[in-house]
Amino acid sequence: MARITAGVGTSHVPLIGRAIDTGATEEPYWKPLFDGYVFSRRWIAEHTPDVVILVYNDHASAFSLEIIPTFAIGCAETFQPADEGFGARPVPVVKGAPELAWHVAQSVIQDDFDLTIINKMDVDHGLTVPLSLMFGQPAEWPCRVIPLAVNVVVYPPPSGRRCYALGRALRRAVESFDEDLDVQIWGTGGMSHQLQGPRAGLINREWDEHFLDGLTRDPQGLAEIPHVEYVRETGSEGIEMVMWLTMRGALDEQVTEVHRHYHVPASNTAVGHIILENRR
Amino acid sequence: MALAKPYADIPGTIVFDAEMARRGYHLNQFCMSLMKAENRERFKAGERAYLDEWPMSEEQKQAVLARDYNRMLALGGNIYFLSKIFSSDGKSFQYAAATMTGMTQEAYAEMMLRGGRSPEGVRYKGETADG
Repeated sequence: MARITAGVGTSHVPLIGRAIDTGATEEPYWKPLFDGYVFSRRWIAEHTPDVVILVYNDHASAFSLEIIPTFAIGCAETFQPADEGFGARPVPVVKGAPELAWHVAQSVIQDDFDLTIINKMDVDHGLTVPLSLMFGQPAEWPCRVIPLAVNVVVYPPPSGRRCYALGRALRRAVESFDEDLDVQIWGTGGMSHQLQGPRAGLINREWDEHFLDGLTRDPQGLAEIPHVEYVRETGSEGIEMVMWLTMRGALDEQVTEVHRHYHVPASNTAVGHIILENRR
Repeated sequence: MALAKPYADIPGTIVFDAEMARRGYHLNQFCMSLMKAENRERFKAGERAYLDEWPMSEEQKQAVLARDYNRMLALGGNIYFLSKIFSSDGKSFQYAAATMTGMTQEAYAEMMLRGGRSPEGVRYKGETADG
């Protein structure tokens, strides 16, 4: 049967993608950030999954205000990198896992999560920057990807509790799939950042580190954090961190933290990164 | 009964909630149109004429023409949509963020390098004299 073996959390700042695409990762501004992913590149080379369920948000690329799905699962064969207004990133086409994705959709909907099923969608930096951070610049991505888009742009996003519970439902769905697949779940976005208004530039290292600690030790406690606390403490865009809870919810209760990295700044944002392994 | 807005007491922050999304619908959809190169060219060739194709309020149009991002936010703009405007202008997210704080881009960049804006004093309105 398919099984979820590990979870990865990482920020997905667009300028990180540009730094990778333009060969700027060794520059003094960027090096400390990318140094924190050296371990991760080695780890993923040794633990390359068959499929990644990649929890991320679209940033007014695939979804305008015409249609705003709270949770949307990508069931297509392929997903093209989005043109976000200055040309698409020069990264490989993302290959989907339609058979597993449709299975997950059917299972999770019957488990009371009303996912929107998407069969045509371009994927923006929210999805491709985490792939680049973990895999570098391969000619093809070394695994298939199921995009799981969460609305965190129009308030209210789903609650942390709901995101966590979705993770648990995803796990049940994966484990009921007959094919023997190694599946990872990635949660992306965050950490503290505010991109708008007079309070732009807000960073709360203490809160972010508390969140990283809690991912391993007390995820259910984190799942109870209300939206307003994310906005107040970590900035209006810090609320993206609810997506990390879907990743955590899909893992075992007891996990091993094998890697962590935290760096400020990437443009306006605090970059956080964690790798959690199930112990089986 | 009106929905509770527990975030209304956070200074310098506009949460893009249902009310703002409704108010800013056409402003944001105009922004979305700038994803296409041909639309960007038409906008640059005649901003006012291009804006007049959209059922936006005069206030929203003036805010776009003035590139007053705080005003656009107050009128229902969402930052990810507004980013299509400053991207069309060849400006970065950090440039836009700096203009919204009233800082120079250099001072803002320096603040970020020093660890960003502290949450101390900006969690609640009225916490500090200027909050």
